[in-house]
Amino acid sequence: MNSSMRIRVGFMPLADAAPLVVAREMGFARDEGVEIVLSRETSWATVRDRLSVGHLDASHALAPLPLATKLGLGPLHVPMSVPIALGCGGNTVTVADWLFSAMADKGASADFDCKRALSALASIVTARRARGLAKFVFAVVHQHSAHRYQLAYWFASAGIIPGRDVSLVVLPPSLMPEALQAGNIDGFCAGEPWGSVAVSAGGASIVTTNSHIWRSSPEKVLSTREDWVEEDPDRADALVRAIWRASVWCDDAANTAELAELLARPEYVDAHTKHLLPGLSRKLPAPDGRLLDVPGLFNFARAASGFPWLSHALWFLSQMARWDEIQLAADTIKKGCRTFRPDIYRRALAPLGVDMPSANSKVEGALPTETPVGSSTGKLSLHADGFFDGARFDPDRIDSYVAELKALDSQVRKA
Amino acid sequence: MGDKPVHVLIIDANRIRASIIEEGLVENGVTHVTVLTDMRELLRKIIEIDPDVIFVDLENPNRDQLEYILQVPRAVKRPVAMFVEHSDQASTEAAIDAGVSAYIVDGLRKERVRSILDMTVSRFNAFHRLQKELDSVRNELAERKTIDRAKAILMKTRGVNEPEAYALLRRIAMNEGRRIAVVAESVVLAAGLFKRDVDT
Repeated sequence: MNSSMRIRVGFMPLADAAPLVVAREMGFARDEGVEIVLSRETSWATVRDRLSVGHLDASHALAPLPLATKLGLGPLHVPMSVPIALGCGGNTVTVADWLFSAMADKGASADFDCKRALSALASIVTARRARGLAKFVFAVVHQHSAHRYQLAYWFASAGIIPGRDVSLVVLPPSLMPEALQAGNIDGFCAGEPWGSVAVSAGGASIVTTNSHIWRSSPEKVLSTREDWVEEDPDRADALVRAIWRASVWCDDAANTAELAELLARPEYVDAHTKHLLPGLSRKLPAPDGRLLDVPGLFNFARAASGFPWLSHALWFLSQMARWDEIQLAADTIKKGCRTFRPDIYRRALAPLGVDMPSANSKVEGALPTETPVGSSTGKLSLHADGFFDGARFDPDRIDSYVAELKALDSQVRKA
Repeated sequence: MGDKPVHVLIIDANRIRASIIEEGLVENGVTHVTVLTDMRELLRKIIEIDPDVIFVDLENPNRDQLEYILQVPRAVKRPVAMFVEHSDQASTEAAIDAGVSAYIVDGLRKERVRSILDMTVSRFNAFHRLQKELDSVRNELAERKTIDRAKAILMKTRGVNEPEAYALLRRIAMNEGRRIAVVAESVVLAAGLFKRDVDT
């Protein structure tokens, strides 16, 4: 094999690195004529740095991370490209048991219902603020993560303003169960298996998931440097095909047990198979001990979950603007749209006859249930993509969307 | 910032590496150096230490936490830039290649920062060289032990003396185009297998 076809790919030890691990281990990369050399990383900051200077060619990345890098929110202003997403869902919101008990007293249910959990949490937070008690501390994995933007969106929709009413801190996901047990944090949002690990360690309850807050929401992507993608389009396409085929394999329930064992290995997630298996089987332990089905927990390729929707990129930009990390100028939007690359996804997967959505962008929250949509074969159905509060995000109206959210936030701040 | 001595904070769970860097900085006139090897309560400690420059090893799993602390809640009172300068790609790359990341409080004189960074990067590289040498010495020792065991096995099973056993190992190694240590390892492994068969 030509050495230029050797691709160095970074990953963090999380269940949703599955398509990358499978692309290598199950031979999908080899079939496409490329060799994936995987490199286990210890922080997203290091993923960003190694990608930027060329230690890595591509990496497992938090969906907002390449956008932040491209927009200059990090130290190195290197243009990134996202030619395929690694799937939707996979995160839990997990709180200390005592907090869940308090929430249950206020009407939270043991079935991950995020509306009931939120209104219970909001009434506790309001009461604590009135009594001058310390703010709850919630941990997320990174500033520019789907976790943080979705958790902040969820909180703020009930008038819980991050920073004012709850503290958000950043911790490596593998340390969250321990931090929760030690009482250093009151809750966290992290990818599986860490919610299940916390429950199994004791003292923790999963209250909801990101697939309840925003169904079919984007989570991890494959991030590459733009110049790496342009340098050899055939190589980039081969990698996208290998990952897509691996994602299809990961979606197949017949492979789940093998997938859990593969990921559990010390060089990958380094966790117990018993902690990985439930999540990958789309099941989570409920606060009452039952193991419940969460159909949207992990989707790798099905229903175009690997498609790098521009509307996903733009939703993250809308939240960066909402929390004053960026100014929403025409140029910013252009850069965001240039980072997610549905054109490469289409070009790479066309030879496989993959069902493609006919649009690159959609109104998020417009599909209340699974719906057939315009596609290359006419057979594609997209999963429900609603936000829990019934709101819609029309990427063509991003300015007014952000303005409305900011107006609501400032009303809450004044109240 | 003027001529006020620069306060450097080194965050590194590896105490040996941290002290090698500290020593290098002190030797080069940076007298105000603090080392942090325990990551607990990072925010409180950073506020207390109030450094001008922070060095963190690239593999430190707390980097995301550190960047968040330095950037977002504005808990540290002075603005912090990551690495040297957005434009200074070469310095940044050298640092990442060496396995260190630097965070610098804005307003610090560029030439001053540059010399401190260069110093730290070279110390990191020196540490990695040292570690490599140490690894190869360890490796050599282990190999020598394996060869001794292989010789002992051959002496016992083939009834040869020590120089003959060594010559046998060397001949196989030359014929197979392998290193003696590799052949010795196979002998030890094979002997282990046969021994188990005999035992059961």
